[in-house]
Amino acid sequence: MALTSEYIQQRLTEKFGDQVSNFEVQYDILSFHADKEINLKVLGFLQGEADLGFNFLTDLCGVHYPDQKGKELAVVYHLHNIKENVRVRLKVFTDIVKPGIFTATGLFSAANWMERETYDFYGINFIGHPNLIRILNVEEMDYFPMRKEYPLEDQSRTDKDDEMFGRGGGGPFGFGTEKTIHGTIAEDEK
Amino acid sequence: MSDIHHNIDLPVGSIEKQTTTLNLGPTHPATHGVFQNIIELDGEKIVKADATVGYIHRAFEKISERRSLYQITPLTDRLNYCSAPLNNMGWHMTCEKLLGVKTPKRVDYLRIIVMELSRIADHLICSSIMGVDAGAFTGFLYVMQYRELIYEIFEEVCGSRLTTNIGRIGGFERDFNDIAFQKIEKFLKEYPAVLAEFENLFTRNRIFMERTMGAGAISAERALNYGFTGPNLRAAGVDYDVRVVAPYCSYEEFEFDIPVGSTGDCYDRFQVRNGEMWQSLRIIEQAMQKLNNLKGEEATVYHADVPEYYLPPKKDVYTKMEALIWHFKIIMGEIDMPKGEVYHSIEAGNGELGFYFISDGGRSPYRLHFRRPCFIYYQAYEELVKGGMLSDAIIVMSSLNLIAGEMDA
Repeated sequence: MALTSEYIQQRLTEKFGDQVSNFEVQYDILSFHADKEINLKVLGFLQGEADLGFNFLTDLCGVHYPDQKGKELAVVYHLHNIKENVRVRLKVFTDIVKPGIFTATGLFSAANWMERETYDFYGINFIGHPNLIRILNVEEMDYFPMRKEYPLEDQSRTDKDDEMFGRGGGGPFGFGTEKTIHGTIAEDEK
Repeated sequence: MSDIHHNIDLPVGSIEKQTTTLNLGPTHPATHGVFQNIIELDGEKIVKADATVGYIHRAFEKISERRSLYQITPLTDRLNYCSAPLNNMGWHMTCEKLLGVKTPKRVDYLRIIVMELSRIADHLICSSIMGVDAGAFTGFLYVMQYRELIYEIFEEVCGSRLTTNIGRIGGFERDFNDIAFQKIEKFLKEYPAVLAEFENLFTRNRIFMERTMGAGAISAERALNYGFTGPNLRAAGVDYDVRVVAPYCSYEEFEFDIPVGSTGDCYDRFQVRNGEMWQSLRIIEQAMQKLNNLKGEEATVYHADVPEYYLPPKKDVYTKMEALIWHFKIIMGEIDMPKGEVYHSIEAGNGELGFYFISDGGRSPYRLHFRRPCFIYYQAYEELVKGGMLSDAIIVMSSLNLIAGEMDA
């Protein structure tokens, strides 16, 4: 029997009730959210049940949604059932004040460095991780660079103002955080 | 706790310490890239290996959050720079999946030729470097000539050799010229003899076998748990290949085998890579055949008809208003993308190269995450080399094909 999205969804809701939600199929992948307290139970369930068999952790990464109050940070797991070629995407949210999620290193050895990378970029504390230290950035770094409040470019630059092309104005974060002086580079040079 | 473990915890330079600390890297000839292994030795036996990566971290994921789609392609070049076209193609296919672009058959075949050529370029470097690390330099120089030929083909197709920025969303920026096809034919004709001779030098070479067999072995179960993909996973006996399991770019029309090993040691990894080079040759031959079979308009098309994402011909840009507008909008990244989350992966030189792309409808990705196969399997290094000799650690490192650019993003 082919492993369908409906079947996976049914099995998950039977087991976890309303702790799993937001089921949605996007570009062939079933995506859903789970409460952060049960992330390991869900992962273990998907991995361990013979009829589900998601025994391969393809990817683990963080995402920052500054507008979702109390659920600012997300950890996204991509699991793969290699035999049937079915993937699922699990999202777990946590707040940004004290971000903590249980580590998946006990289930998947692959999670070790991927969680360190997520910690490095987003500051998510993976509870129980054997060695949660920065991996790509220097240890002395005192902020988490992938969070949206850190815009990419030097804020003091004025030569790249470009309101005509959607890069001026807007909110305090992300695009358009540069100072807006109306005019193009050519005009400035006059 | 054994004595050895007690020794490790002693401070550096203490008299009681009976193990030796050795730095392999960050700039060491054996690492073939910038990363570090702090190895704790008891005599010549490894008791601990602590890997440090990140020396060439360039914040690609952060940079991508401000760039338009075409500006991200050159970033992907610099992941696994031994097979940059594979990364470029993977990225363009991810964009196509999000934007709903369908590519013509000829584009698929041309892409497959480029992808398989770069797979060969990737594997021949890894396999021959293994020879160098085991003390056999000749094979390396021998196959190197043919990497040069592959790079010449890339040069004909896109103008650059190493970091190629090859292809566009929907196809290629220009058609392959005759010289490119001649060079591909030349490669197909001459490379099999070279590869056969390369294998003659190593496959049954007593010294090479002694050096590689049993070194850095891993079981299929552990390899899966560690997230291994690509040749390293197949060497452990799992026949997982993205080209077969989740075909993209018309791979389902092609006939090829997946070479697998059984023990997951360095020798099997070497054999699997060599086997894959033979399969890649088969695939390129079939693709050339299929190209010749195309008729009419199908036989000349080299990109999909998607004016929103594909740059118009330069001549039109200078003479036609419409083309000028599209050119401008594409270059400035003013095309809004559909909202959604897409994960697409391809079989790259080192395994499953994935792109997790979250679009909020703006001009650049809200979040772009690269699943870099190298980064994920390198964490198994300690398990692979523990209990072995220092010289085994070197050969394990080269057999894994660790590319610092891919690890550090």
